Amino acid sequence: MFDDFIIRAFAAGIGLALITGPLGCFIIWRRLSYFGDTIAHSALLGVVIAYAMNFNLIIAVFAVSCFVALSLLFLQKRTNLPDDALLGLLAHSVLAIGLVLLGILSFIRVDLMGLLFGDILSVNITDVLFVWVGGSIVLIVLILIWRPLFAATVNLELAKAEGLNADLANAIFTILIASVIAISIKIVGILLITGLLIIPAAASRNLSSTPIQMAIISSVIGLVSVVLGLQTSMIWNSPTGPTILAIALGVFILTLIPLKKLLISKKKIELLN
Amino acid sequence: MNKSLVELNNCGVFRNQKWLVRGVSLKVSQGEIVTLIGPNGSGKSTTAKMSLDILKPDEGTNTIKKDIRISYVPQKISIDWSLPLRSIDFVNLVTKHKTSEINDALGITGIQHLINEDVRNLSGGEFQRLLMARAIAKEPHFLVLDEPVQGVDYSGEIALYKTIQEIVKKINCGILLISHNLHVVMSQTDYVICLNGHVCCSGIPSSVIKDQEYIKLFGSNIDPTLSLYKHNHDHHHLPDGSIDKVDKNK
Repeated sequence: MFDDFIIRAFAAGIGLALITGPLGCFIIWRRLSYFGDTIAHSALLGVVIAYAMNFNLIIAVFAVSCFVALSLLFLQKRTNLPDDALLGLLAHSVLAIGLVLLGILSFIRVDLMGLLFGDILSVNITDVLFVWVGGSIVLIVLILIWRPLFAATVNLELAKAEGLNADLANAIFTILIASVIAISIKIVGILLITGLLIIPAAASRNLSSTPIQMAIISSVIGLVSVVLGLQTSMIWNSPTGPTILAIALGVFILTLIPLKKLLISKKKIELLN
Repeated sequence: MNKSLVELNNCGVFRNQKWLVRGVSLKVSQGEIVTLIGPNGSGKSTTAKMSLDILKPDEGTNTIKKDIRISYVPQKISIDWSLPLRSIDFVNLVTKHKTSEINDALGITGIQHLINEDVRNLSGGEFQRLLMARAIAKEPHFLVLDEPVQGVDYSGEIALYKTIQEIVKKINCGILLISHNLHVVMSQTDYVICLNGHVCCSGIPSSVIKDQEYIKLFGSNIDPTLSLYKHNHDHHHLPDGSIDKVDKNK
């Protein structure tokens, strides 16, 4: 069954959407969207290392992402610069180092477009396994650290004062983001992964009134976007990753329609008649 | 006899080439209210954070009794707009409670009717009551209240302080209270510590207000017994602000 590239594409995309839902919510709540971007930019270095040393791509990207995330924590403590400046510094310098290495090691042939925008139709069985096994681990860990992580998101000092290990939860969360970006490289690419994290969560915000609701609805919206995006891209022969995000944007626009208000005013009109 | 829950011994915090606060010693025991007063920037919140072990003292030692439940009402807390959060979710933030317990806690602070309301729709005073409800729902051993009545209207302020006193009696916890509303606080406090970067003076309330250091900081015209406005209500308010028509005296 998994011989069919379309089935593999669906399996990988759906698996990814299920993880990016809740993680994306935390990224929005904690205003970390630029952090996701930084990690994604630095992924190029991981790719170059993987090719140069003939190493597994996902693991190399994961290692570099973790290194960049830890560097950020270190710089936050050592400097007085604001977070967005530090993130900009890291994102572009690591990207530059990746490009320099790529130029020096001229024997490496990297499909840059595939790297930037992903190619979900080319994923193999190993990639699908990485998504589902890695994704399950990410989800289980997220559920385990949910309470301290969520409390720290609302108020760090309060969480710490009342005995939750907020620092540990924050560090683990950073590693989770790095893993999801590593997993997603082949599927949506490094330029688009932040979109897949943020757009479904943003759309979900418009529909939900509790945090858990928002996390679940966000997964569902991601799933719908992947399924519809894959089908649309096959009909129109459009690039798959961007099509998925375009569909997600469409869902976001739909959520802006105040359905409840419309329903209530309709009822009022009916009553008046 | 070692009943003290939290003890600071000659503690100080050094940040950006200066001491935020230095030489603070205090002790909070079960069933006791200790109040910190002092002008802005005098190190009240810093001291509270040391007693919670959020801030490690750069000098001196802070000791917290092991395995006690701690509740904290921070001075400032802002909920990000992207976060959908109802009052009930907020009460459950650190510890999950039964709905009946949450109802009780919200009832004590007078906002039971707002249990399913989104926290961002609460007014400043209502939110302050929610912070307090969350803190007492845990039935803590040690409770730190950093300016707990800011934004609460005057009659609500007195009611909240009465609530604090009732909590101490009911769950027998120790409270570290930070306030600038001396006139209301004084009568209900066991021990007062007056801070201004260091401990200016400390003692039982009646002795502190006569202390020269205290008078220098706050002036002598603040007489805690006289400035308390006695509001003679002939009616009761329901939690949502409407007037309860049933006369309780009959």
